[in-house]
Amino acid sequence: MFSLLQEAATTAVETTEGAIVIDDATAHGADAAAHGVEGAGYATEAAGLPQLDITTFGNQIFWLVVTLVVLYLVLSRVALPRIASVLSDRQGAITGDLMAAEEFKLKAREAEAAYDKALADARAQAQTIVAQNRAQIQAQLDEAIAKADAEIAARTAESETRIRAVRASADVSARDVAQDVTAELVRTFGGQADDATVGAALDGRMKGAVQ
Amino acid sequence: MATEATGGGLEFHPMDQFVVSPLFGNGPVAWYTPTNVTLWLALTALASIALLVLGTRGRAIVPNRAQSVAEMAYGLVHKMIEDIAGKEGLRYFPYILTLFMFVVFANLLGLVPMAFTVTSHIAITGVLALAVFFGVTIIGFAKNGAHFLDLFWVRSAPLAVRPVLAVIEVISYFVRPLSLSIRLAGNMIAGHAVIKVFAGFAAIAAVAPIAIVAVVGMYAFEVLVAIVQAYVFTILTCVYLKDALHPSH
Repeated sequence: MFSLLQEAATTAVETTEGAIVIDDATAHGADAAAHGVEGAGYATEAAGLPQLDITTFGNQIFWLVVTLVVLYLVLSRVALPRIASVLSDRQGAITGDLMAAEEFKLKAREAEAAYDKALADARAQAQTIVAQNRAQIQAQLDEAIAKADAEIAARTAESETRIRAVRASADVSARDVAQDVTAELVRTFGGQADDATVGAALDGRMKGAVQ
Repeated sequence: MATEATGGGLEFHPMDQFVVSPLFGNGPVAWYTPTNVTLWLALTALASIALLVLGTRGRAIVPNRAQSVAEMAYGLVHKMIEDIAGKEGLRYFPYILTLFMFVVFANLLGLVPMAFTVTSHIAITGVLALAVFFGVTIIGFAKNGAHFLDLFWVRSAPLAVRPVLAVIEVISYFVRPLSLSIRLAGNMIAGHAVIKVFAGFAAIAAVAPIAIVAVVGMYAFEVLVAIVQAYVFTILTCVYLKDALHPSH
């Protein structure tokens, strides 16, 4: 790059000299002189770095300033406020959405708590109902058992009295049968059986047997 | 011509692409003449406006491609100013974004074949750099008054060294517009001239493949350079603005 610049500089000097020569040579007529100026202009343009051609600076600077002013005005008046508003809108939307999400989360949590509470309530209620039913059933059962017990006891007592009556009657009839049998036996063997003696003997025997 | 090698029909005119010529006719270039510079300046402005104004036409919450790029450019410059110069620097955001958009589009449009690269001209980059230089100096004095001169008086250094440092600081301060403008124009001139030289070699059949590959490679590299140089120009503007807003070291 640097050597390129150097060469450019040397060529520039040469060409400028050439231009001057042309200028000198054609300094006669007005027509020719104009041509010479044009030629000189072309020579400077073609020589060296175009960047260092000062004759174009005014033009470049003028159009640059125009461009910058226009660009600045359009950007600062139209583009920047628009982009800024879009960015703040987006920020707002994001913040709003996040807040809404937080709210929904809170609501969901509340709903969950309410659900849990309802569940617990229902469970507790179910338990009380079960306990109530159990107690009621127990009471009914107890009552039935007591009733049955009483009935059983009454029946048992009744049976016992009946058994006792039967036994007593059995004792009496057994003694009667035994007296009759004894008296008959005594009579058969030719003895004299009076009821009192037989009865006493029987009583004596039966004391041990019956009972 | 700059380098003329006429042997074997091989001709290099790497600097012809930078010649300023009138758009209409062949007359002299007066200050008002519409030239190729005018055309490409206008195209640069139109491209910037197309991206930032037409691209954001939808004002969509969920942006399309053009709007994304526009927002990215906006965000890039906005964040750059905020990070480097602080919140106060954002007052000058519109101008700095104008600068960035102008330089980046001028550089990129310059890479279009047959295009004219306005940022390869020292007159253009010089005006941009001087505008930054004077703007920053005026802001510095307006905001800080005489305290702006603290920029040159390094209080953190030992007293004996300070005058020397002050001289260095003053020189470096005044070199700023020069380095800013020559860095940008130099990068553009060099890249375009090198591409042109390689393109000239493509006329020789033997080396044509290498030359074409080199042109493609250089072109890709120049695209990178175009964006990086625009970024550098902008970031240095932000650094100078920071110096103007907070001159004490």
